[in-house]
Formats: sequence, structure tokens, C-alpha cells
Amino acid sequence: MIQVVLPPHLRNLAGVEGPLVLEVAGIATQRSILDAVEASYPVLRGTIRDRVTLRRRAFVRFFACGQDVSLDPDEAPLPEAIAAGKEPFLIIGAIAGG
Amino acid sequence: MSTVRVLVGTKKGAFVLTSDGKRRAWAVDGPFFGGWEIYHLKGSPVDPNRLYASQSSAWFGQLIQRSNDGGKTWAPVGNAFTYGGVAGTHQWYDGTAHPWEFKRVWHLEPALTDPEVVYAGVEDAALFRSDDGGDTWLELSGLRGHGSGPRWQPGAGGMCLHTILLDPVNPGRIFIAISAAGVFRTDDGGETWRPINRGLRSEHIPDPTAEVGHCVHRIAMHASRPNVLFMQKHWDVMRSDDAGESWREVSGNLPSDFGFPIEVHAHEPETLYVVPIKSDSEHYPPEGKLRVYRSRSGGNEWEALTRGLPQRDCFVNVLRDSMAVDSLDPCGVYFGTTGGQVYASPDGGDNWTAIVRDLPAVLSVEVQTLR
Repeated sequence: MIQVVLPPHLRNLAGVEGPLVLEVAGIATQRSILDAVEASYPVLRGTIRDRVTLRRRAFVRFFACGQDVSLDPDEAPLPEAIAAGKEPFLIIGAIAGG
Repeated sequence: MSTVRVLVGTKKGAFVLTSDGKRRAWAVDGPFFGGWEIYHLKGSPVDPNRLYASQSSAWFGQLIQRSNDGGKTWAPVGNAFTYGGVAGTHQWYDGTAHPWEFKRVWHLEPALTDPEVVYAGVEDAALFRSDDGGDTWLELSGLRGHGSGPRWQPGAGGMCLHTILLDPVNPGRIFIAISAAGVFRTDDGGETWRPINRGLRSEHIPDPTAEVGHCVHRIAMHASRPNVLFMQKHWDVMRSDDAGESWREVSGNLPSDFGFPIEVHAHEPETLYVVPIKSDSEHYPPEGKLRVYRSRSGGNEWEALTRGLPQRDCFVNVLRDSMAVDSLDPCGVYFGTTGGQVYASPDGGDNWTAIVRDLPAVLSVEVQTLR
């Protein structure tokens, strides 16, 4: 099971308080994790990445094991600690706007 | 006793203000969706407890919320706004072709006869319709596809479809307005459209009398007389007596004919309200005096309404969707400011009070009169 931490506004929207704990099919990548997030919480479709192009929204960033992986290919495997559920995959609202 | 419910969209959430028919004491509920921009929320005219809200943020995009209990509770519905067919291009600020990209919903207009039907005006400019209470959305793509779309250009605030007027007499007729393209009309429920901007003159565009390209800020009608339209343009207050086929200027003695909202009295179709703003680069009232101007003659002759409004050091703006009227007698008039005040007049504009004073910047105001 993989842990996913949402930013507060998206936790409110999804109606959850703590990290999401999700079964992710196949290799843990940004895409497979977001597919699982959106399958379990359809209300989040379009809020993290574009519905059609699947491109990350500009002011959303992804962190794994202390590293900003936002610019990595979305099908690149994430660290084993993420795949094993020892570390959470962080979805962050970027600090933007002053 | 009647109840009045004022729906306020702000830069950081929605608020619901309620009062009895005296309109003196107000309860303030909210913020709903705190931290999100609420460009607009509006209730169904046939089921006033059915509300729709446009919720968006630069971070997390667009959501639509629906309430079935007058705004006490909300649930997200569909947010897939996909342009029909090939999205195509419009003009960018530098005149080059720019692909159509969905950014946000500016305005939601529930249908006059069915609470499940609602229209959405979006940026980049397009009109969507939902027949299932907002769960799914379909673009009425004949608007962008009628021919002039590639010549539309964004205004400073983006290329937004901000006004949707549904004709209560001719069910197939809809008027919409786009900054900075102009006014368009369909007579067949949204299948086919044409621009209706004859008579508009905009000195800041290459051809001042072009068929499209006018920065229309807002249009308004009285339900009893849907062929008469009023317009606040970027500059100029305009009037049409033939359903938009032709327009004439009625700015008259206004201290400035720049502004954003325009509204019509609930019971007097020739009584109009505007809020003059000094200029397009100075988005605040002339002389620092917040004045609503009222015309009782359908334009040209205007009187300043000042009682209860700040008459010094006031430099707020009043945005295009931020003025509304109730349907009580006497008619109540309401508007919100970028300074977070919502002002109300229970007597048609003669006297004003701030019914709430310190909200986030107000983006929209709608009023429901509940019997």
C-alpha cells in the first residue's frame, strides 16, 4: 500500500483528514499513483493534473523521499521506500503568488 | 414575511447573507470553500434552494459545487469542460493565433424553467450547458464556430464569457457577452450564433466599429421587455431597443462612462444603475467618491446616489457580476466591492448601508427573494 499526502484544500475536497493509503497497480510512478488517487477520489480529477493531457498543474509539485520529482517523467519509477509505503508521496501546492 | 438571500462570491470563498423583507438586519454565513476563488454563485429561479457555485484556484483548477438546501451544504459535481471538436485558435494580445485553453468558469446561469439545466460562461470564451444539474457539461460550440472566433482577443482580465441572459419570452433566444469580443445572440437555443454589435464604437481597437472586438463589460435586461438591452462597455453605456440589432449611447451626464456592472430595477424597466469608475487604468471611483448612478429614463439622464456610501478616500472597484436587485417593493439594490464591502439599498438606491464590511474582495453578488 502506498501513502499519499494531499495539500489541505484537496484533503477538504476529498473529505479525508490524514494521508491516503492506496493500492497501486504495477510499478509505483507518478502516473500510477495519480491514477489510483483519482480512481478512489473522482472529485480530485482535474485538480492535480489536466484531465485530458495528464500534465501536472503548474502550481502543483510532487515530492518523494525529500526530492522534488515534479519534473521527472511521470512514468519513471519512484523510490522503493515510496513503493513499499515507508515514505509518503507528497502532493504540494506550490508557494506562489507572493 | 419574505426573506432575502444574498449570494456573495469572493477571492477567498463564498458567503451567504440573509435578512427578512425589511432588509435591515443581516446574518452572515461562510466562508464556504475558504481559500478558493468563487467567481459566481447563483440559484435556480424555479427551485431557489438549488444553487450552483463556480469554485476555482490557480493551484487546483476548476470545480463546480451544487447545493440543494439554499447553500447550507454543498457537493462537487462535474468539472470536465472540454471544448467541442477542434479547439482552434483566437487572437493573442500581440495579434498572433493562440490555442483555445480552458481556464475557469466566470458565470453560471440556471435555466428559467428547469433546475437541472444550467449554463456556464467560461474563459477562454465559450458557453457550456448541463442538463443534469452540473454533472456533465457540453459546449454549445456553434458560438465559437460561427466564424468570428479566430478574431476574438482577450481583454485585460482574460477572454471571458461573463454574461448570459436567457430570454423569458423566446425560449430559444440567449444573449451572451465576451470581453473583448462583444455581444452575441442565438435564436435557436444555442445551435447558431451571430454577433450583434452594430452601433458600438471602441476607439482603442484598430477598427472602432468592427463587427467583433468590443470590450463589453456587462449587459442587462428587464424580464418584462427582453428586446430592450442595456450595456456597460469598457467605455460607454449603451442601449438597444431591438434585441441587440443596433445600439445607441446613453452615457449622458455620467461623470465617467467607464465601469463594470449595469442593472435594471425589478419593477421599473426604464430605471438603471451603474457605478462609474474613473478610467480603465485607474479602477476606482472618480474623486474617491463611491457613487451609484441611477437613470429613471432608460439612460442619458443620471442622478448620483450617495446617501450612506463613502464620499471621500474611497478607491475600491465594483466588478461586473457584483450588482443585483431583489424583487421586493420597494426594490432592493445590492453591490459588492473589491474592498470587501457589500452595500444594500432597501429603497431603490436612495439610502445605502454596508451589510457586511470586511469580506475578501467581492467578485460577484446575486440576490434571491424568497416568499
